Amino acid sequence: MTDVKVSRGTVSSRVFAVLAAAAIVIMAFLPSWGEPATQRKMVELFTLLALAQMWNLLAGFGGVVSVGQQAFMGLGAYAMVSLVNVHGKDMYLSVPISAVIVAALAVPMGLVAFRLRGSYFAIGTWVLAEVVSKVIITVKSLGAGDGVSLKVSGYSVSSRQDLTYWLAMGTGVGSVLLAYVILRSRLGLQMQSIRDDEGGARGLGVNVYRVRFQIWVIAAFWTALAAAPYYLQQLRVQPVGTGGAFSVVQWTAPIIFIVVIGGIGTIEGPIIGAVIYYVLRNKFQDHQTVYLISMGAVALAVALWLQGGIWGTIRRWIGIDLFPVRRRVRTASGQAVAQTSTSAPP
Amino acid sequence: MVWVNAIVQGILLGGLYALFATGLSLAFGVMRFVNLAHGDMAILAAFMAFSLTNSLDINPLLTLLIVLPGAFIVGFVLQRLVFDRVVGVDPSFQIVATFGVGVIIQNALLEKYTADTRGLNVGRLETATIRLNDTIGIGWMPLITLMCAVAVLASLALFIRHTKLGRAFRATSDDPDAARLMGIDVRRVFAVAMALAITTVALAGVLLGVRGSFGPFSGPENLIFAFEAVVIGGLGSLWGTLAGGVTLGVAQLIGNQIDPQWGQLAGHIVFLAVLVTRPTGMFGKVALR
Repeated sequence: MTDVKVSRGTVSSRVFAVLAAAAIVIMAFLPSWGEPATQRKMVELFTLLALAQMWNLLAGFGGVVSVGQQAFMGLGAYAMVSLVNVHGKDMYLSVPISAVIVAALAVPMGLVAFRLRGSYFAIGTWVLAEVVSKVIITVKSLGAGDGVSLKVSGYSVSSRQDLTYWLAMGTGVGSVLLAYVILRSRLGLQMQSIRDDEGGARGLGVNVYRVRFQIWVIAAFWTALAAAPYYLQQLRVQPVGTGGAFSVVQWTAPIIFIVVIGGIGTIEGPIIGAVIYYVLRNKFQDHQTVYLISMGAVALAVALWLQGGIWGTIRRWIGIDLFPVRRRVRTASGQAVAQTSTSAPP
Repeated sequence: MVWVNAIVQGILLGGLYALFATGLSLAFGVMRFVNLAHGDMAILAAFMAFSLTNSLDINPLLTLLIVLPGAFIVGFVLQRLVFDRVVGVDPSFQIVATFGVGVIIQNALLEKYTADTRGLNVGRLETATIRLNDTIGIGWMPLITLMCAVAVLASLALFIRHTKLGRAFRATSDDPDAARLMGIDVRRVFAVAMALAITTVALAGVLLGVRGSFGPFSGPENLIFAFEAVVIGGLGSLWGTLAGGVTLGVAQLIGNQIDPQWGQLAGHIVFLAVLVTRPTGMFGKVALR
């Protein structure tokens, strides 16, 4: 048996890591060099990025396609409002608490949803989100169907703006790092093995149900965390309509478009997708309907003909990974023996 | 007596839900395909009926003579050109593709018809009622809707059991590869199945428009009701779909009687209870997959 070496990093990924670190530092100082308007826009972009990254973790790597992510968005927002308005907790302290509450609620929801599989799971999550939203709007102290304003206290406008921005940046950048860490972990390897060959993974002792359930709860936690900065900025939460916490159009549709167009099953894809989606949406601000029709058409076309999305295509051409989550096995002399699979399901 | 009335009206409403669910059940049964734009297609048909009613100045029910054949052709072509590419692959692309179609339909309707809700007026038939006593009356339109559902399900059952194409449907459902080897044109089976699915849901959409009101974004709600009816009734059972629709309708109207805010929620709770206690539904023969 020859000695083999397992590696994941590549030269391009190390160069990229340095550039990314520099970009993060520059973004962290945005409050000192950018306009408040830019700061507000970036909060929304980071929110979309975090949500997309979590959906991608579920759908692209875990094979669990949810159309009910708005449930966690809404629950996160309403848990936060309830902690601040009803229980008088600090705005920023309530953020992690509300995410923990949502993760706990995701467990019983998962127990129900995971009774369904594939496409039926997707509609099942949608129904669950409907149920949750219908229950929330019966609660009068949370504004029922009309929405509720967040009671602000103890922070000046500018310190609130900066804290919210950093929180958003933390959840956005953090979602990328989280996905990266998870995918390089044992759990990530199990996820990718299930995605590539569910039967094979089962045969090798992977507990498919448990792996998927774990990702479900992690994604719920981080989605709720990402809801916080958005609604801390809006200072108002309403259940449906524009900006609605339980709105499919507001959250789940953009998330799906971002991930699919950017490249499902890659960490780079949601980043590219989020930037494209956000920039184009602002460009076509006065033509939202037409914009959504085009996005739907592009996502449809990608699902039919270009299933790797933008990043999947680029990677096929130039063959680099910015976030190396694959394992390459080489002999001591440097000859490649094997590597784990390259992309989302064919 | 109000409770008896709630049950009677629930059964009638269940007819509409069963009609919504038939196509979903059929497409899943034949090709394991779930169309997330299923509800939106019903609403699209309702808007088509609305436009035809206005431009031709005829009764909305007569527009079915144009809408239903149109829906059949659209379903056939859509399957051939678009959906065939995502049958039998990883379900995530199926979900994304059909979700995309749904978003396109919703926003196209919004662009053309604005966000206003509409209704289809069928004249005297709309209010005509068979009075049983002071509280219970059976509306003619809801009764016709229920009878349509029974007729559609019965003809589908006969078609699948007794015709050559129906046998091809069953064979494809069991094993598409083996069916192909036996000389069955599986792509044609898929296309006909989708055409029938969209035709039945178009009928449901027009009848929904007669019963109540609809807007560009009414589709997802109806997809959810259809899905609940399918799961409650049990997969792979056409008559289960009727039972599921009726159960859902009764649950919603009984909930509504308790508190109007609880109507839909009561339906969802019955659905969740069935899912937790009996995931194969009332009449399902196979486990969900």
